[in-house]
Amino acid sequence: MLFKDYDPLKKKQLQILDPKGKIVKADLEPKLDKETLLKMYKTMALGRVADIKALQYQRQGRMLTYPPNKGQEAAQVGAMAALEPQDWLSPAFRELNAMLYRGVNLEQIYLYWYGNEWGNHFDESIRVLPVNVIIGSQINHGAGLAYASKVLKKNEVTIATIGDGGTSHGEFYEGLNFASTYNAPLVVVIQNNQYAISTPRAKATKAETLAQKAVAFGIPGIQVDGNDVLAMYVATKAAVDYAREGNGPVLIEAVTYRLGAHTTSDDPTIYRKDEEVKEWEAKDPLIRFKKYLLDKGYWTDEEDQKLEEENNAYVGETFKKVEKSGEADLLDIFKYTYKEMTPQLEEQYNYMKNFLSEKEGK
Amino acid sequence: MAVLTLLEAINQALDQKMAEDQRVVVFGEDTGFEGGVFRVTAGLQKKYGVDRVFDTPIAEAAITGSAIGMAINGLLPVAEIQFDGFMFPGYTEMVTHMARYRNRSRGRHGLPIVVRFPVGGGIRALEHHSESVETLLGHIPGLKVVIPSTPYDAKGLLISAIEDPDPVIFMEPKRIYRSGKQEVPEDMYRIPIGKAKVVKEGKDVTVVAWGAIVREVEKAMKLLEGENIDIELIDLRTISPIDEETIINSVKKTGRFVVVQEAVKSYGPGSELITLVNEKAFLHLEAAPARVTGFDITVPLPRGEHYHFVQPERIAAEIKKVAKF
Repeated sequence: MLFKDYDPLKKKQLQILDPKGKIVKADLEPKLDKETLLKMYKTMALGRVADIKALQYQRQGRMLTYPPNKGQEAAQVGAMAALEPQDWLSPAFRELNAMLYRGVNLEQIYLYWYGNEWGNHFDESIRVLPVNVIIGSQINHGAGLAYASKVLKKNEVTIATIGDGGTSHGEFYEGLNFASTYNAPLVVVIQNNQYAISTPRAKATKAETLAQKAVAFGIPGIQVDGNDVLAMYVATKAAVDYAREGNGPVLIEAVTYRLGAHTTSDDPTIYRKDEEVKEWEAKDPLIRFKKYLLDKGYWTDEEDQKLEEENNAYVGETFKKVEKSGEADLLDIFKYTYKEMTPQLEEQYNYMKNFLSEKEGK
Repeated sequence: MAVLTLLEAINQALDQKMAEDQRVVVFGEDTGFEGGVFRVTAGLQKKYGVDRVFDTPIAEAAITGSAIGMAINGLLPVAEIQFDGFMFPGYTEMVTHMARYRNRSRGRHGLPIVVRFPVGGGIRALEHHSESVETLLGHIPGLKVVIPSTPYDAKGLLISAIEDPDPVIFMEPKRIYRSGKQEVPEDMYRIPIGKAKVVKEGKDVTVVAWGAIVREVEKAMKLLEGENIDIELIDLRTISPIDEETIINSVKKTGRFVVVQEAVKSYGPGSELITLVNEKAFLHLEAAPARVTGFDITVPLPRGEHYHFVQPERIAAEIKKVAKF
């Protein structure tokens, strides 16, 4: 029903909570319990602090290249809240909040951006694939996860996420087409943050919306206010249910905005105006969600103040731990190329080990 | 014992692994209903159903990329690329993800995937249907690359490939899919990946080849009968990782080395093997190592391809030169 009402060709966008924190679509307001709503909010609040601090650490020369998430918290957390523990996330790379919500700890996320692959080694229980830097390919990985869920009759759905820029990539089309062909339980969430680095969305496709691309796959699509965490949850929950019932993929376009730079190496002032950023700052997903929780009596300003202090302390301590991790072991860079090291890798490892110990001996 | 072609031996390996292990799935362009354009997978869909043996859209990155997700989520994918030259749209996933996933996740996600495809020339085909791409795969850390030259090896190597915990690129020399039969045991057996085979022992010159070219070297050896050259012929079988031990021991014995490849001359496995011989058996050499290869050109269409392919006469001439140096 939701997908019929919001058929992408009707040019409608799902919004439940407006930028001022007011419910504008009461019939669709999700019946989430207090605990879940607070988990969502707390994840977004932690994500915001961790994101801002990561940027500061990078500017201090302590963190390496990092892709900021500020502004996209609702698009990520709203979608993840619709998943069950056994479901999968096949992420792109700007996924801090999504990963936090799925149970990846901040220390690992930081460790990865600090330059260590161990940041991608998640616990068995966490169904999140590693950070995927290459644009678009995670859609095909997601299609494969979903195909396996289907043939092994596992009650799982996969969400694969992608940016607006990624929808130009062949693998976006190949993966969605593949999953659609077999009715594999895949939901693709486009985080349309308006820019592929410096290239605006309008220069990347002639299509009026990204959601309408669903039509050609023969699957439902929906455009959502990506800064409205309730709308993101409702759309994704409907999509996940639809996929879990064996109907095949759904495409969701979350219309959001990257308030920060593409990565710490990027200067967004070159390609966008301050007024535009200000306009989107007023649509901040955290402001409206907090207002909603305050109005509901689930949250207070005092609690919010306390949470921010706790998050600041936690993020600071976490990064200190990561900084103490130092350099990788030599063996680490050889050991995981294959399950067993080949004779060639053994030889190369031993050569380097001896070289280093001789160097140290001098 | 059944006498099978190389193609039939591959089919039998797939059939037996699918019967034994429910997790094995076989898929690619025209792979399911039709059994592939060469019929390598004929009969499997009927036997194992459309979920486990299926046709894919013509999208090679979806074939290799979805295999990654399948492997992570409990399947043992055996993906088929229709022709060597069609590999490239799927190469992106093989190089940027398949080869790296174990390392990227520090061992959390190994990828037990087999990617099979026919390779090499000699069937008078269209452009992009006669490529020798072993260099482009052997160069990638994290991939294993295998190429059988006999029906017996094809079955044993494919079973090993499916059981391997890491991605294995299984190249099938299409020129000899149906030419020549061999007794192949009905039982499942394994040939280890990373081990070359001494096809014929000899003491004068070591000759290394792989895939369909092993037979071309054998033809060259016939031409050299009466020349009093005792050739040791080694079938490399695995392009990566190379079986250094077998090759180096052989060269230490013979002191002479010739490598034969259909692939273009520069930067090929031949270059790698000669470097290896120079690094590890230099003081045993009695002649400069030599290579017989294709040329650094695009594989010609059928009216010109015979110049490019390594013919027995050319191989024989080079072996003779090195042996008599």
